[in-house]
Amino acid sequence: MTQPAPRYDCIVVGAGHNGLVCAHHLARAGRSVLVLEAGGQVGGAAITREFAPGFQVSAGAHLLHLMPPRLMRELDLAAHGLKFAAERLKTVALAPGGAHLTLAGDAVFGAPDAADQAAYPRWRALMQRLANALHPALLEAPPRLGSGEWRDGAALLRLGWAIRRLGRHDMRELLRIAGMCVHDLLEEHFSSPLLRGALAFDAVLGSNLGPRSPGTVLSLLYRMAAPGGPEALAQPEGGLGAVTRALGRAAVAAGAELRTNSAVARILMRADRVCGVALASGEEIAAPVVISNADPRTTFLGLLGSEHLDAGFVRRIAQLRSRGLAAKVHLALDALPQFRDLDPEALRGRLLVAPSPDYVEDAYNHAKYREYSAAPALEVTVPTLADPALAPAGRHVVSVIAQYVPYDLAGHWPQQRQRFIERVIDTLAVYAPQLPASVCGSELLTPVDIEREFRISGGHWHHAELAFDQFFLVRPVPGAAQYRTPVPGLFLCGAGCHPGGGVMGLAGRNAARQVMREAA
Amino acid sequence: MLTESEPYYRQPLLKTPFHEQARAASQVDAFIPWSGYTTVDVFSSIEQEYFAIRNSCSLYDITPMIKYRIGGPDAARFLNRLTTRDIDRLAPGRVQYNVWCDDDGQIIDDGTVFRLDADEYRLCTAERQLDWLHASAIGFDVAITEITDEIAALSLQGPTSCALLKALGVAGIERLKPFELGHFALGAAAAPPLMISRTGFTGDLGYELWMRPEDAAGVWDALMMTGQGYGLRPIGSRALNIARLEAGFLQPNADFVSAAHAQRSGTTRSPLELGLGWLVDFEKGHFTGRRALLAEQRRGPRRCLVGLDVAGNKPAHNALLYTDRRGRVQAGSVTSAAWSPTCKRNLALAMVDVPYLDDGAAVWAEIYLNRELVWQRRMVRAQVVKRPFYAPARRRATPPPEF
Repeated sequence: MTQPAPRYDCIVVGAGHNGLVCAHHLARAGRSVLVLEAGGQVGGAAITREFAPGFQVSAGAHLLHLMPPRLMRELDLAAHGLKFAAERLKTVALAPGGAHLTLAGDAVFGAPDAADQAAYPRWRALMQRLANALHPALLEAPPRLGSGEWRDGAALLRLGWAIRRLGRHDMRELLRIAGMCVHDLLEEHFSSPLLRGALAFDAVLGSNLGPRSPGTVLSLLYRMAAPGGPEALAQPEGGLGAVTRALGRAAVAAGAELRTNSAVARILMRADRVCGVALASGEEIAAPVVISNADPRTTFLGLLGSEHLDAGFVRRIAQLRSRGLAAKVHLALDALPQFRDLDPEALRGRLLVAPSPDYVEDAYNHAKYREYSAAPALEVTVPTLADPALAPAGRHVVSVIAQYVPYDLAGHWPQQRQRFIERVIDTLAVYAPQLPASVCGSELLTPVDIEREFRISGGHWHHAELAFDQFFLVRPVPGAAQYRTPVPGLFLCGAGCHPGGGVMGLAGRNAARQVMREAA
Repeated sequence: MLTESEPYYRQPLLKTPFHEQARAASQVDAFIPWSGYTTVDVFSSIEQEYFAIRNSCSLYDITPMIKYRIGGPDAARFLNRLTTRDIDRLAPGRVQYNVWCDDDGQIIDDGTVFRLDADEYRLCTAERQLDWLHASAIGFDVAITEITDEIAALSLQGPTSCALLKALGVAGIERLKPFELGHFALGAAAAPPLMISRTGFTGDLGYELWMRPEDAAGVWDALMMTGQGYGLRPIGSRALNIARLEAGFLQPNADFVSAAHAQRSGTTRSPLELGLGWLVDFEKGHFTGRRALLAEQRRGPRRCLVGLDVAGNKPAHNALLYTDRRGRVQAGSVTSAAWSPTCKRNLALAMVDVPYLDDGAAVWAEIYLNRELVWQRRMVRAQVVKRPFYAPARRRATPPPEF
């Protein structure tokens, strides 16, 4: 039996930002690439869509801060229509009493304590130095231990050298704090609960951790090691969907083909190697290389099937910690919300409801026992201030990341959805008493909704929890940590790979390089 | 059985349903633990028991062998992915010797797969491994239950075994082919059901009898009563170990360590290294360890388990093997050894390095002898020879020859 010759060199499953970056790089290098997206538009979880009549919002992440500027230039996203409505956003830590703090770059404004005011730039400088040492490791595939290959040895040496070059003081500090919880570290540096709460929140944002969880210093360093850096917080015009639309155009311009509404049902195997994919429609498309932007569990257990994998590997995938704990709440408002003691101009920034580390830890406690937080910690943006087109004239959108909401809530969601939205609104009302009256529409995306809408098993933004045991050399699991998998021809390029989630694009870029190295 | 009234900490070893019978027949009170049960090591003398296996008939309690019921629509797919052989070639009513590996192609265990029905199987193993079976079941619609204590089992091995069963009224037993199983009864139609498979661990004519625990004592008594005229003798594990070595069978934890238990790197073994390459079906589709085993096959073996014919008559227990008489370069080590009374040869299984794998290759074995507490060291020649060392035609003949 003769098989039809494959029409494509590579198929990318899923048009999330990483899939698109990967497709772009492969197409630019001369590969024929087909990107298959199950949804009606490209972008995966980084899309902008309507949530109430006339109101648009970024459905997942609502700010861009991790994508390296160099990658954006490489992809020429500006030429493909990406504009920023606001850049270098400030962060406001809301205080119930009105004594809010503002974090902008290396400075903090409004700190009640002169010592904190002085300590903050020192803290920033230290953390940034440590993060910079780790940063190069994000830009390449993690090395394999014991492979005996010079490339892996060299990568380990580079990382070791970068850490050694920090000098005696900083290296010791990095080794001392890397496994710590952020709560304890912040107590060493600051006295203000409000400042500590805001910094602790950044360490646990989008994760399955509380400020007292070990490893939260690592997640904070990771956030700072990401190429953009936190001061690069930016709001794309048209929401995060504008980023992935531009990525899609860049990929097409580079020669990739995009097909939406084309859900992949199965990855096809022949003679123990990947030979293409089968769509839900039944259509089969041949290609010698398939790169999955889907999360590891969906890729291996859903699309490929465990019968093509070894049992030990399947068990590691099945045990991957990938349950999300962050929810999105979208509010449509009749009027611009008024926050007490807050300059309306500050609403253009990022507002945090995390008045102390204990507040965040309390919020986390509920999630441990499969309840949602009684007093959730929130990251709030009002994107319509900088980008009025997202809502009808004079009206506004409030986009909230709310923590914590367990994936496996005890009891049933239908009865509790409205109650949780009200809880978020009530939490905001402490700072903006008039806000509840102006709400004219709302939407809640729990991890279960995120799983369903964006096809992320477990509904975790990062596809797999970012923690020591699922990090760097072993992300997502040993045996699949270099974008390659045990199955010849199958690669991963999603957030479940190093260096992880957030709208960063490096996993896609690193994966494309690995594909070109191995499947020439 | 697990239903003993004594709390487990007062009787850390369980008793098989044959325990009272075995206790009564034991002359030297030599019991050893086996998979959480107390079992007989020696009843009277190893030699007498051994000769019962080869010259008349032996009865061995194999209840502690770990048994799993594997059922469900995906049972065959599951077993194909778990083990290295092609389960689709196993017809209902047949038994297959098989091995299974971890991701690195290293043996976790060997055992037998019984196909009881279209989609019901029984897996008999040396070690408990429900955890690995459950890991292997992810993505398969299969139900796995440990039934070790739900089934009592006896191994009846030796040249008179078939005749003894016939004398007990097991109709049609002579037509049972090797690796075949059937459902029988001892005598009358009202007798309790008995599943019999023509399998065993002796390389001789023999059967394994599978029954409900409540029927166990009656079956033992019936066998022993009628068996008097057939030279039947209960045996312990020591005698069996000689027979299994003559047959060239592997003993887990002697000839290989399970990859699930090994703590040190480099101590586990692949089926190719154990000379079980004939069990590995690379054509049947994916199974756990396949990619690693293919890579090993491409690389070529580094060492392999072989049979050794050792000079002299002192068993080469734990002997190191050398390329030269002075013992300067090690060539491997012995994993099992015994003097074979039937072959009249000093036999051993050994793991040897390339290039000492081929028949006729000669190495030197370093044997330590304890002569009334005075230790002596011998360097003796050992030659690689074919396995099995002993393979009587009756083990395969159907119907088996009258004795």
